[in-house]
Amino acid sequence: MADLTQLGVKAIRDGVAGGEFSAVEVAEAFNQAVATAEVLGAFITPTPEHALRAAGQVDADRAAGKALGKMAGVPIGMKDLFATRGVQTSAASHMLEGFVPEYESTVSQNLWDAGCGMLGKLNLDEFAMGSSNENSYFGEVVNPWRRSDGGNAKLAPGGSSGGSSTAVAARLAPAATGTDTGGSIRQPAAFTGICGIKPTYGRCSRWGIVAFASSLDQAGPMARSVEDCAIMLEAMAGFDPKDSTSLDLPVPEWSKTLSGDLRGKRVGIPREYRVEGMDADILKSWDDGIAWLKDAGAEVVDISLPHTKYGLAAYYIVAPAEASSNLARYDGVRYGLRDLPEGAGLQDMYAATRAAGFGDEVKRRILIGTYVLSAGFYEAYYTQAMKVRTLVQRDFEQAWAQCDVVLAPTTPSAAFALGEKTDDPLAMYLNDVFAVPASLAGLPAMSVPAGLNSAGLPLGLQLIGKAFDEQGVLNAGLAIEQRSGFRAAAERWW
Amino acid sequence: MSVTREQVAKVASLARIRMSEDELDRIAPEFNKIIEWVEQLGEVDTTDVQPMTAVIPQALRLRDDVIDADPLTAGGRREDVLANAPLAEHGFYGVPKVIE
Repeated sequence: MADLTQLGVKAIRDGVAGGEFSAVEVAEAFNQAVATAEVLGAFITPTPEHALRAAGQVDADRAAGKALGKMAGVPIGMKDLFATRGVQTSAASHMLEGFVPEYESTVSQNLWDAGCGMLGKLNLDEFAMGSSNENSYFGEVVNPWRRSDGGNAKLAPGGSSGGSSTAVAARLAPAATGTDTGGSIRQPAAFTGICGIKPTYGRCSRWGIVAFASSLDQAGPMARSVEDCAIMLEAMAGFDPKDSTSLDLPVPEWSKTLSGDLRGKRVGIPREYRVEGMDADILKSWDDGIAWLKDAGAEVVDISLPHTKYGLAAYYIVAPAEASSNLARYDGVRYGLRDLPEGAGLQDMYAATRAAGFGDEVKRRILIGTYVLSAGFYEAYYTQAMKVRTLVQRDFEQAWAQCDVVLAPTTPSAAFALGEKTDDPLAMYLNDVFAVPASLAGLPAMSVPAGLNSAGLPLGLQLIGKAFDEQGVLNAGLAIEQRSGFRAAAERWW
Repeated sequence: MSVTREQVAKVASLARIRMSEDELDRIAPEFNKIIEWVEQLGEVDTTDVQPMTAVIPQALRLRDDVIDADPLTAGGRREDVLANAPLAEHGFYGVPKVIE
């Protein structure tokens, strides 16, 4: 039998449905891949029994002639930010080590209902704060890709969904869930040569996802093809009354209407994304993308998104402000860690618990958030940032008069080395400069592989669409995928 | 430095995060660098611009005024609620003594 771990979502689903192989065989193959890749650090908690149990059910249902779900027989990786009943949900934080939810997140439940099994809980930056997955309490994740210089430097898989990106790129899972607050699906996807889409804010329920910045947090799929992303997004999305910002809209069958024919479509190229001193390989990939979309029939137009420059600074006020509020719940009383020094009172217990439970980056963001929300500074920082956020969104609204989808690089560079940026929080933040505007505006945005750079590392191209137009984003992504010829996989060294 | 070490210590105290002197020495300069960087937003003319309130405009929904309409989020789940508590006693969360 062919190596089942090379197959993606659609191939597995169709193969199981057609009886080419059983769901249990698929689960066993991926469980084996996970077990032999510990050095990559992608999983915090492998759950091989969950994958086997779900697969057994799919095989039994098939044998009994029952209708199979949209992703029946597909084992996936679950970012350890989604609450999974009976399985530790840590958010990669010491604070939640040992936290075993009594409930299931809506998105994960939707996936189990669609016939998925869970290979395990995937590593991430603590509370999804980071761009390199180096902020995990459970250790760093290593990108399966290496530079072609023979140096074998360990590279960052991106973040915060770094376990997800590594698992999918290394064929430890055909697909994985991610969450994207300011690029946490798209940047890791770009760093590892895979696809990932953040849908319109509200498409996927936030219920049961450990909260970081609630007005920005959005779940989405990470997989190796645009079509696999479309299928998985259909399974994840849907109205949920338990999330007050959930979109009460039907979920389109994006995968059925997927088309790389872009005739009649206009693609906007934002001039503000072309910054001085930009990486030559990134510029080339962008030019390639423009050529591919033209070849697919699209008309390419120059557009302006004038507040792009300020998006990242606005993000680093808004996201920490919301985080400082959301993370106030970790107080050592209701769940998670408690550090009660000898003779300490309640206030001391709070402060000791939060000192012991949170890592440096989380503390940094809570402090920034507390500062920008504090009396005397609120107007100058937080209100101003929310006004700039309005302007960033307005930029996009004005752009939609001229184009249907925006094409830009996903990141300013290819994957950097682990440790390269850990001493400079600001340099790390700048990684998300191209990803953050779509987050601030709540728009669907996707990264698709564009090719390899001169060091042999994958680069991603980003497509940003109108609110609710995931189809437009996926279609343009497919047009790039069909033309980039990107078939490369990291050579196995682990 | 635009934000003093003492101000950072005050913010840490407001955020209920205990910080050692060494930690403050390390975090205060980083904190300042980030704050100085976000201050570029002051350049943007936001006259007559409303701060964003909802990224995707939506009417807030009201649920039916029915007790325990959703059994998942309604009452009667004390065991589940307390299951992950660091200290639970007699059906309540346990905390250090807060009144003398």
